[in-house]
This record gives sequence, structure tokens and C-alpha cells, in this order.
Amino acid sequence: MYDFTYHKPASVADAVAILAADPDAKPISGGMTLLPALKHRLNRPSALVDLSGIAELRGIRQDGGALVIGAMVKHYEVATDSQVMAAIPALARMASTIGDTQVRNRGTIGGSLANNDPAADYPAAALALRATLITDRRRISADDFFLGMFTTALEPDELLVAVSFPVPQKAGYAKLRNPASRYAMAGVFVAQGPQGVGVGVNGAGPCAFRQAEMEAALSAAWSVESVAAVKQSPDELNSDIHGSAEYRANLVTVMAKRAVADAG
Amino acid sequence: MPQVTLAVNGTSHTVEVEARTLLVEVLREKLRLTGTHVGCDTSQCGACVVHLDGDSVKACTILAIQAEGTQITTIEGLAAADGTLHPMQEAFREYHALQCGFCTPGMVMSAIDLVQKHPQGLSEQEIREGLEGNICRCTGYHNIVKAIAAAADVMQGRAGQLASAAE
Ligand SMILES: Cc1cc2nc3c(=O)[nH]c(=O)nc-3n(C[C@H](O)[C@H](O)[C@H](O)COP(=O)(O)OP(=O)(O)OC[C@H]3O[C@@H](n4cnc5c(N)ncnc54)[C@H](O)[C@@H]3O)c2cc1C
Ligand code: FES
Ligand code: FES
Repeated sequence: MYDFTYHKPASVADAVAILAADPDAKPISGGMTLLPALKHRLNRPSALVDLSGIAELRGIRQDGGALVIGAMVKHYEVATDSQVMAAIPALARMASTIGDTQVRNRGTIGGSLANNDPAADYPAAALALRATLITDRRRISADDFFLGMFTTALEPDELLVAVSFPVPQKAGYAKLRNPASRYAMAGVFVAQGPQGVGVGVNGAGPCAFRQAEMEAALSAAWSVESVAAVKQSPDELNSDIHGSAEYRANLVTVMAKRAVADAG
Repeated sequence: MPQVTLAVNGTSHTVEVEARTLLVEVLREKLRLTGTHVGCDTSQCGACVVHLDGDSVKACTILAIQAEGTQITTIEGLAAADGTLHPMQEAFREYHALQCGFCTPGMVMSAIDLVQKHPQGLSEQEIREGLEGNICRCTGYHNIVKAIAAAADVMQGRAGQLASAAE
């Protein structure tokens, strides 16, 4: 790992000021993705801005019909928090399957969403639940946030502060884990929420996406049979040593069926 | 150079580090607590697991400077002053839950966190899932799972002493 300067600001404003003054500085939250990348010398930030001292980024609260989760909330907290388990139990269950205990004890929801790994779990949930991503300067709908592989709408000096999830009537998630990396080969998050039905797919393509045909089918009739009838096209899906695009396309339908069953 | 102050196994240490110095490097190279191992250095194997303010974490994936002001417990901090082993260490011995021993410090630290987070006890399935972040290339895991179940009974007062592995 190349060396860098370390900052630990106490407010979002101070963190953004450091990032704005130095284009090569990067935020670090749980470090579970960033530190392995830095060990491989995949990038060379001049400075790391540790977000763990910023109280504004913590906490889980209800706001009207939405559950608002701070960017620094750890996967372990989402998995075990009584408000999350009551309002969106599928989100808590999903968080409990991210990586392993030690990853969940450090990794954060904000870090995962900002990183936008194609196989990460949270992006599918954010899309299906029609989440709003709240930054230090604006609110971005999930549809406008995930732009491509490891790419989001965030500016280099913009911090994700919280994520607001409209509380759904029901939601479910299923993924098939790669037996070695344990990341999703394909995952599907389904939700029936205040803004309609959402189906988010992760792992299968270069970026998480909404499956519009499955959304239409579930809107017409919420059942396992509805999604079973929808075939995902393999065009533009990932194809690698772990599985072909056709295999992943088939998995999307299988995982969607399991996710609907999970939602009940 | 930046300085960090850590309470390791109950003793406060202030050490000079680079910003990029990992917690596991401070433990092993500065404090000479070499019970915490480095297996993969890629956040996967769990040989480096320690407790940070009571939670199990991978010490190869935390900067020492991020741990400023925290309480760290390593495998060296588990046994009593008179050498009496922690019930989890005793159970690993009784149940033959190690062969080469490389993964053992991390396994024991993860197992203790797992038991502490499940005060009502653990199913075999929960123990196996709880070990997702710890890789053992020798034992095949079965005896590790048995050791953790037996230690949980002692730690949580369901058994006065360790059940013999022979039973
Ligand atoms: C062994 C292992 C297994 C894993 N398995 C899974 C899995 O199954 N599913 C899954 O989804 N993930 C998995 N992960 C990834 C894990 O969930 C990470 O914690 C997560 O992707 C990144 O979160 P973090 O808090 O650690 O972020 P960091 O590593 O600190 O940061 C990640 C990126 O986001 C940026 N960033 C962080 N916070 C903010 C913010 N508030 N605003 C703007 N930018 C920010 C950083 O600059 C960096 O570029 C795994 C990781 C490991 C090591
Ligand atoms: S050495 Fe830290 S996880 Fe393998
Ligand atoms: S006992 Fe050898 S790696 Fe676990």
C-alpha cells in the first residue's frame, strides 16, 4: 500500500471541504473494499478521509413512511436492528448474508452503495425499494444513482449521508452465492411498495438493474408463477469463468421465484 | 509520524505508525503479539481476527490509525493470569479442533464473538454460518464446530464444565 495522509473530520462539512480541496483524497468508511484495493496498489489516494467520527452519518430512523439509514451504519447493525427487522425484514435478512461476520462488523451501507460492485447486495435492494440516496448536497433516486460498473452519480467530493427506503408492504431477496468468492452470481430483490412493484437484479450484469418485465408481471399478479414465466435475456449479462451469460440469465428467473416466495 | 494509542489486552500502548500501517502489523511487529496470524492478507481467511471494542474484525483490513482509542483483545489476552485457558481454548484442546494450528487464533476469537452475540445458545447451523470468515485447511471443521458448541454451554452456564469429547 502506498502511504497517504489521514484525516478524521467530525462533520460532513469538514469532510467535504477536505475532499473538495484535494481531488486525490478519498473517503473511507468500513474499509472492507477500499483497503484490499489499496493493498493491491490499484489506486493511489493522496489522503484518506475517515468518516467514522461523523455522528451525522450514523443511526437508523423512521421518517414518515420511510426508513432512513445513515451511510456509516454497518451491515451487522442493519441485520440486527429492531426497526429494520420490523419495517423491512427482507433488508435485515439480506444484510445478514453479506460477506462474513467480520466484514459485517466493519462494512457499511454507504460504502457498499458508493462502491457499486456489480455483485454487491444493497444496490438491488435500493432499486427494488425505490430508495432515495441522500448526499451532502442533493437527493438522488436509485434509478439515477447506479450508472455502471463501480460507477455512481456521486461527484468525487460528494458524500453519501443516508439512504431512505420507502417501507414496502412486502419484500424478499434471494441470491446464488459463488461457492468460492461468496459474492452473488445473481441476486434478485422484489418489493411491493408505495411506488409500485420493484425488481432489482444484482450479480448478473455489469451493474445492478431493474427487471421491467418482472415488475409488470408481478404488478398484474403477485405470485411465483408470474415471474417464472419471464425469461431474462442474456444480452449484456456477465460471462466469465464462473458462469456464462445464459446461465446467469436463467438464474435471474430462478432467484426471482425464490425472492417472491421469500416475500410471502 | 502519526501516533496511535491502543489498549491491547488491557494494557495501553502508544506507538508510532505510518498512516498505511495495518493493525495486524502493529500487533505482530511492534507489540510482538505474534499469536494473531496473517494467512491471506486479502480479507478472506480470518487468521488475523481480533476483537475491537468487543466485535470480531480482520486485523489485516483495518489501519492501525483507524483503531485509535479502541480496546483490542488478541488470542494472548484470553487465558487467565495463572495460565488457566479460556473455555473456548480449553474446548479446542479437548475436541481436537486444531491440527497445524495456523487458523486457530482467528477461529477462537471469531468463536468467542459468535457465542457472545447469541446469549440464548447456538444451533450447529448457526455455528457453521458464523465461521464463514474463517478458513481452515486441515481439520474439516467438524471438531471446531463441536468445540464451539461445548464451549458455548460452559460460557453461558448450561454446563459447569466442559463435556468430554469422548462422550
Ligand atoms: C471477504 C469479503 C466478502 C464480501 N462479501 C460481500 C457480499 O457478499 N456482498 C456485498 O454486497 N459485499 C460484500 N463485501 C463488500 C463489503 O460489503 C464492503 O463492506 C462494502 O462493499 C464497502 O463498504 P465499506 O464501508 O467497507 O466501504 P469502503 O471500503 O470504506 O469504501 C468503498 C468505496 O466507497 C467510497 N465511500 C465510502 N463511504 C462513502 C460515503 N459515505 N460517501 C461517498 N463515498 C463513500 C470509498 O471512497 C470507496 O471508494 C465483501 C467484502 C469482503 C472483504
Ligand atoms: S490475513 Fe486477514 S483475513 Fe486472511
Ligand atoms: S488447523 Fe491447520 S489451518 Fe486450521
